[in-house]
Amino acid sequence: MNNRRKNRIADKAFQVWGIACTFIGLVLLVIFIGDILIDGLGRLSWDFITALPSRRPESAGIWTAMMGTAWVLVFTTIISFPLGVAAGIYLEEYAKKSHLANLLEINISNLAGVPSIIYGLLGLEIFVRVMNLGPSVLAGSLTLSLLILPIVIVATRESIKAVPGSIKEASFALGATKWQTIRNQVLPASFGGILTGVILALSRAIGETAPLIVIGALAYVPFAPKSPMDEFSVLPIQIFNWVSRPQQGFITNAAAAIIILLLITLVMNGIAVYFRNRWQKKMKW
Amino acid sequence: MQAGSSKKIPGFLFSGMRKIKEYLIEKSLLLSAFITILTTIGIILVLTVEAVNFFSEVSLISFFTDTEWTPLFEQKHFGILPLLTGTLLTTFIAIFVALPIGLSIAIYLNEYAPKGFRKTIKPALELLAAIPTVVYGFFALMVVTPFLQQIYPDLAGFNALSAGIVMGIMIIPFISSLSEDALFAVPKSLREASYGMGSTRLQTAMLVTVPAASSGIVVSIILAISRAVGETMIVAIAAGQQPRLTFDPTVPIETITAYIVQVSLGDVQHGTLEYRTIFAAGITLFALTFLLNNISFFLRKKYRQKYE
Repeated sequence: MNNRRKNRIADKAFQVWGIACTFIGLVLLVIFIGDILIDGLGRLSWDFITALPSRRPESAGIWTAMMGTAWVLVFTTIISFPLGVAAGIYLEEYAKKSHLANLLEINISNLAGVPSIIYGLLGLEIFVRVMNLGPSVLAGSLTLSLLILPIVIVATRESIKAVPGSIKEASFALGATKWQTIRNQVLPASFGGILTGVILALSRAIGETAPLIVIGALAYVPFAPKSPMDEFSVLPIQIFNWVSRPQQGFITNAAAAIIILLLITLVMNGIAVYFRNRWQKKMKW
Repeated sequence: MQAGSSKKIPGFLFSGMRKIKEYLIEKSLLLSAFITILTTIGIILVLTVEAVNFFSEVSLISFFTDTEWTPLFEQKHFGILPLLTGTLLTTFIAIFVALPIGLSIAIYLNEYAPKGFRKTIKPALELLAAIPTVVYGFFALMVVTPFLQQIYPDLAGFNALSAGIVMGIMIIPFISSLSEDALFAVPKSLREASYGMGSTRLQTAMLVTVPAASSGIVVSIILAISRAVGETMIVAIAAGQQPRLTFDPTVPIETITAYIVQVSLGDVQHGTLEYRTIFAAGITLFALTFLLNNISFFLRKKYRQKYE
């Protein structure tokens, strides 16, 4: 009897511990974000967003970094979206059970585990030096595109896999070719899921710092980029630069810039969730 | 469909053109998929070429046995050990934080929590992994270190402890999510048999489901380690830039990743030995994570169909 009571108490105790563990990460996150808001909210203003970088923390702003982030976001989308979706279609619809498919699959899951800073070293040698693009928006976007390609491919495959075989078979029965079936049936039906995956991948790219530092993106860029060949900075690099300075004014700036960065990440994640829910509602097989 | 065009072009030609079009589309899709292979080849090639250049000037023996790493000083030493211990130290602290919490979450969600709770809490936890790491670096330096200094005043402003703890918080969802999936995959019959014998939920978890899901849990831990080893911004911001051979978590150290960032921020000329050090450090990091990822890949493949 005594033993049984001990077991019951241990069982209850673990329940309490489990709940505590589940919430500790989230509670810490709330504390962190609360601290950021206290530090940075007072600094946020239209001037802060539109001001150019400066040696004096009071007059420094995030305009060039934000524009850099926008440029990189656009070009990373243009490069990674078609490539990733095409590769995903190939793997899911064409390359069933061949040696090549197996190799591609192992390779992609390996790439997903490569640290982002290694992609920076790749970009530095191939895009910046060999292709002679310099530390430009284009070189940065190409580097980030390779980094998120595995995520886009996996998301594309998952969404395509969810399309029922009966739809494809019906299309084939009507005489459609493989590509016609994919273009007219499979892609429209899986597009919501693909879009969700791409947006999540891009929101990861927006937060990346290390690979862009390695390819030579600068902390201090006097003007916003005007073409894909221009030098650039991005929000995370600006934050990193400000955090590593001793003056309190720059720390406050960093906190304010973090609020903007978190806002962008949050909005992108929100859009992704919205697409997923809408798509799940529409597509009830 | 396309009846108009088939009228002008003879039937056999039309179907031939369609075949060509299908063929071209398939090949261009294959080409896109092939970019991923090129990426891997590119990474290995770039790292190897620059590392070979590096090791033509620095011997492998001194690289692995020298206890100092000072490529940017007058007195140059090229021993990777201080960077390696720095990396292992922060990784160890991170896993020390994330493993008990992550695994407890997985057990709690799987054995105790109501279904609806599980569905809402999982995406919330994954939010922890969606936050940019530079933000975590800020937390480690500005919130966690000052807090820990109140408890332990001798703690240096830059240290492995805060960086490791914050990294641990970041990788909680890696362990909790994957472990939870593994626990969930354990057949209901095993669990019910355990309950039938009069076990409590905790006994069922500890004696039945966790052992049954152990390979999946190990995979989640290895992937979390691999993630922590490659993590850059948290350690670059909060752990310092002083490579030293120590396992003392209270002093500034430097990890492999933080060193690469440090060099990239300065203006080291292409082609110099200093420039090549980041590739020597990079190939060490790549080898480490490659090994970890493949162990987890192998385990997953080996144990996947155990219960089917």
